[in-house]
Amino acid sequence: MSPRAAYLDWNATASLRPEAAAAMTEALARCGNPSSVHRFGREARRALEAARAQLAALVGAAPAEIVFTSGGTEANHLALRGLAGRRVMVSAIEHDSVRHAVPDAAVVPVTPRGIVDLAALDRMLAAEARPALVSLMLANNETGIIQPVAEAARIAHARGALLHCDAVQAAGKLPLDRAALGADLMTLSAHKLGGPPGIGALVVGEGLPLTALLTGGGQERGRRAGTENLPGIAGFGAACAVASDRLDDYRAVAALRDATERRLVAIAPDAVIYGDEVARLPNTLCIAMPGVASATQVLALDLAGVMVSAGAACSSGKVKRSHVLDAMGVSPAEADCAIRISLGWNTTAADVDQVMEAWGALYARTRASAA
Amino acid sequence: MNASAARFQHRPNSAPVYLDYQATTPVDRRVLDEMLPWFSEKFGNPGSVTHAYGREAEAAVERARSEVAALIGADSREIVFTSGATESNNLAIKGAAHFHRELGKDRVVTAATEHKCVLESARAVEREGFQLTVLRVDAQGLVDMDALRSAVDERTAIVSVMAANNEIGVLQPVAEIGALCRDKGVLFHSDAAQAVGKVPVDVDAMKIDLLSISGHKIYGPKGIGALYVRRRPRARLTPLFDGGGQERGVRSGTLPTPLCVGFGAAARIAAAEMAAEAERLRRLRRRFLAGIQARLPDVRLNGDAERRLPGNLNLSFPGVSALALMQACPGLALSTGSACTAAEVEPSYVLRALGVPDDLAAASLRIGLGRYTTDSEVDFAVEALVAAAQRLAAGERVTAAAGGPT
Repeated sequence: MSPRAAYLDWNATASLRPEAAAAMTEALARCGNPSSVHRFGREARRALEAARAQLAALVGAAPAEIVFTSGGTEANHLALRGLAGRRVMVSAIEHDSVRHAVPDAAVVPVTPRGIVDLAALDRMLAAEARPALVSLMLANNETGIIQPVAEAARIAHARGALLHCDAVQAAGKLPLDRAALGADLMTLSAHKLGGPPGIGALVVGEGLPLTALLTGGGQERGRRAGTENLPGIAGFGAACAVASDRLDDYRAVAALRDATERRLVAIAPDAVIYGDEVARLPNTLCIAMPGVASATQVLALDLAGVMVSAGAACSSGKVKRSHVLDAMGVSPAEADCAIRISLGWNTTAADVDQVMEAWGALYARTRASAA
Repeated sequence: MNASAARFQHRPNSAPVYLDYQATTPVDRRVLDEMLPWFSEKFGNPGSVTHAYGREAEAAVERARSEVAALIGADSREIVFTSGATESNNLAIKGAAHFHRELGKDRVVTAATEHKCVLESARAVEREGFQLTVLRVDAQGLVDMDALRSAVDERTAIVSVMAANNEIGVLQPVAEIGALCRDKGVLFHSDAAQAVGKVPVDVDAMKIDLLSISGHKIYGPKGIGALYVRRRPRARLTPLFDGGGQERGVRSGTLPTPLCVGFGAAARIAAAEMAAEAERLRRLRRRFLAGIQARLPDVRLNGDAERRLPGNLNLSFPGVSALALMQACPGLALSTGSACTAAEVEPSYVLRALGVPDDLAAASLRIGLGRYTTDSEVDFAVEALVAAAQRLAAGERVTAAAGGPT
């Protein structure tokens, strides 16, 4: 018999909120291109604009500032490539879709605690002749560490630069207010906050002259062509509405995460936790079991029905060393032993017990064979 | 309940008759049923292959990939999932242009009746310094092969000609164009968003190097499409998005498993049912046209009468405003042309390219028939259009006689 499944990889993708599933099922049963002028089209358009308002409400933006995209990757590219002529500066711990969006981006270092070095950012901006665009994520996907986006925005603005914030991991887990953060552009992804995959958004501050990456039919006020993914958008809107209503759920998630962390360290006193001394997402736990490769840990947990990851869930299936831990100055030997455990709104104590048991057993085995 | 009523469950009884199948198609119930589990209980990220949910999602995505590939005679490794045909067309044209610029190729060739996203992508690379040739079409909407032959040379990075037009349904001689491009060693891209699943498309027989497909035009979901990218000889592209390295690095971004699954199911159903469905739609199309022309003999068909999509008509009603005609037929969901430009008042650039005069273009409607269109819907639509056109034409004559504005 296969073991009970414990899904603890919510930062890779979250399960769909029932409210989002209901909105999508309704939208999928209807046929209409939101650009068509007949009744089917007009109904689709109304659903599209209602969802846009739900997104805007989650982040404190105006509906006209929301541009729907196919996901976070596209939104990050649109942000970083859509404002021509600016020098792009990205923090060293950004997601690959930000780090690789423009070939010649300058890299802003982070401190050993995993927080962007604001003094370095200011120096880099001061030395840059061209107007700049700084990209800083609100919360890191691997460690959960929260970045000082508001301060970075103040520094950027004082130097005539703009700030883009990749809020993919933070949205739905933390209160979000674009204006308070001072972000000129902000990226969101539906499937990280209980919406469906295949849909995301870029929030674009009013008046920013954004050039479209995808050109064609002129949808999204000319900022993103392509027939709108209406069921996806409806699901995204519904997920945003639930996320705003249920932010408090994450207090319980944080308590469960903290308990998990304490128990893991009790089992393995030599384990290293990343980000425990700074503000972190309530659901994320990045931990290294020294001497045991990430891939070994992930495999052992998988056999026990526990689903975690060794970093970002992307393409290859190969476990790559984390550029995030590397940027924090973690030694390669230690970084190679880190895994990410990420919880969600319906994670239970039983899920956590299962991690504990499997990880604890692996720890005991490796320490016994080392002795 | 009879068969056609059973198939038409997606439309409440009170809703207008849907005749806009080139704008979008309803999701087939069978497709939806296959998609739904992947939204809820099977929600893993297909990139998370180190655990069970991820592997299960990855397997579903790969199955879908092979279903899409089978529909066009491709290898599944040649299918790159995208967010839709607009992205596929952008990736093909911008991606090929950017890659080949390094090799000294700086020309792009396309045709005047292409979808806006092809033309806009071509114009975008033109602004970057590429030399753009936009081929004219004849009065039937077909590309002039001689003009194409003289436009293509060793500096051409890519030729992009659609398989079927979205407004007039005209099928371009894709196999001939493919042979010409292959002879000249030039990449050939075809926007087949309207053609795939409706008429046979075979990338090998047609010598196509890059081919765009859309999910929501074949009774699959919106938000998903694909670009076929030939492996031998290899079609090389510079990606539009970089990041996680999904889709062999050609297109980064988390793959939307439910949308891939739905797209795959739609492709599989299309492959199985295309021949019979095309025959049925051709019959309905003939019935529609004959019904209209029997009562309104001066109505003319735009685009080649035979070399067109089985489910497409584009009709000019001389002396009648198409917008007024649509408004006068609230029981029909029709369009004046591309949905993307539906709200524009400009006459269709596609009809203009065929030499249709502006007054006639402004009197033209696109009628899209599809999987759920029935005989009785066709008869209802013919009746409604004829009555409305006659009423409007009479009204126009009265206005003109009274010396009022026309």
